[in-house]
Amino acid sequence: MSDTMRSVAGASNRQQGDHPSGDNRFDLVDKHLKRGRYAQDQLIETLHVAQDVFGFLSEDILVYVARALKLPPSMVYGVATFYELFTFDPPGDHSCTVCTGTACFVKGADEIVASVSNTYNVPAGKTAEDNSLTLKTARCLGSCSLAPVVVFDGDVLSHQTSESTVSLVGAALGGDA
Amino acid sequence: MVDRRQTVAVTFDGVDAEGVVGESVLECARRNGVTIPSLCFLEGLSVWGGCRICVVEVAEDHRLRPACATQVVPDMEIKIETPRLRAYRKSILELLFAEGNHVCAVCVSNGKCELQDMAVHCGMDHVRYDYRSPLREIDASHPKYVFDPNRCILCTRCVRVCDEIEGAHVWDVSYRGEQALLVTEMNKPWGESLSCTWCGKCVAVCPTGSLAYQGRAIGEMEHDPVMIKRLAVARSRNEWLYPEESK
Repeated sequence: MSDTMRSVAGASNRQQGDHPSGDNRFDLVDKHLKRGRYAQDQLIETLHVAQDVFGFLSEDILVYVARALKLPPSMVYGVATFYELFTFDPPGDHSCTVCTGTACFVKGADEIVASVSNTYNVPAGKTAEDNSLTLKTARCLGSCSLAPVVVFDGDVLSHQTSESTVSLVGAALGGDA
Repeated sequence: MVDRRQTVAVTFDGVDAEGVVGESVLECARRNGVTIPSLCFLEGLSVWGGCRICVVEVAEDHRLRPACATQVVPDMEIKIETPRLRAYRKSILELLFAEGNHVCAVCVSNGKCELQDMAVHCGMDHVRYDYRSPLREIDASHPKYVFDPNRCILCTRCVRVCDEIEGAHVWDVSYRGEQALLVTEMNKPWGESLSCTWCGKCVAVCPTGSLAYQGRAIGEMEHDPVMIKRLAVARSRNEWLYPEESK
């Protein structure tokens, strides 16, 4: 943690691609911070960028952002935990998000969640032990006419059933093996 | 004392009172000696408007308004003790009791608790909802103070006093909804906090037994929320009041 903290102080006089933390991914976060002129109201955007870069928000990253924006750590933690979109665990190789909003629920989204969860042994909201799949639920993606909606590895899929989702996930997981 | 040109006429439950332009309904009521029950509001801190205990009815308007966050306007007819509002306050209190683990019999603040007093004031004698009985860990890592989230009602007085008066911002609210929980720094034990100044203002303002001094037994914890009003007056007006003057 101390390495990443120190890097904020040294951010001004160093070469690109040679981040003091030893992790050059912080360069991408720094770039965003600089573009926003280290404005404190850039917190949420910065967290989004950090999550895009690292895949999840670790404590180190939250401390890094808090120090860069000169915000109290508890505030950064509070904001990050408030929003469902931020995740604090490393994601699996594939991600499957099932919408459990009202329309999707009525059309059987809970069955999709249950069957994917049982078939691949992943509790909803968690990542499989072998890190192959993350199963998430979301509350309404705003495309209720497409219900039930599943987002698999970033692709939005409409009118899904338990069978179609399970076979889709199976194909992706099998393809890696 | 009050500038006549800036005053407005209001009524509390039909009784005439004088309000000052810009002040809240709650401030106006207190100045006129009228009681509006409230929990999260504390003089000297910013308005939060989260507990909704202080909701009042205004004339024939069907909307309920929080007295702490509503400004007085001319000829405002404010109603406080209506059957609807009494029922409303009662259910808010019942929800607060059902949400955490409020066991008065073993609480450090028993008999000196704002939540308990409010329940007595509002005549809340039982809880109609199922107790959620959440599992929440006590943080006794601080050498001087204890934080028991089971007794927390998320009024955010501690968050506000630490940010606005002490300037340390050790506390904040994490997560949301039923998972909402106070945190110190990055969800680290309070005792490991680098920013806490040990000033104890968060403990002074806590309305329940959630924040208390170490080593207090049942009913031994007394809070001092009025202290914050003194500090706020000193800070904003350079007037240092003595405890008996700031009641």
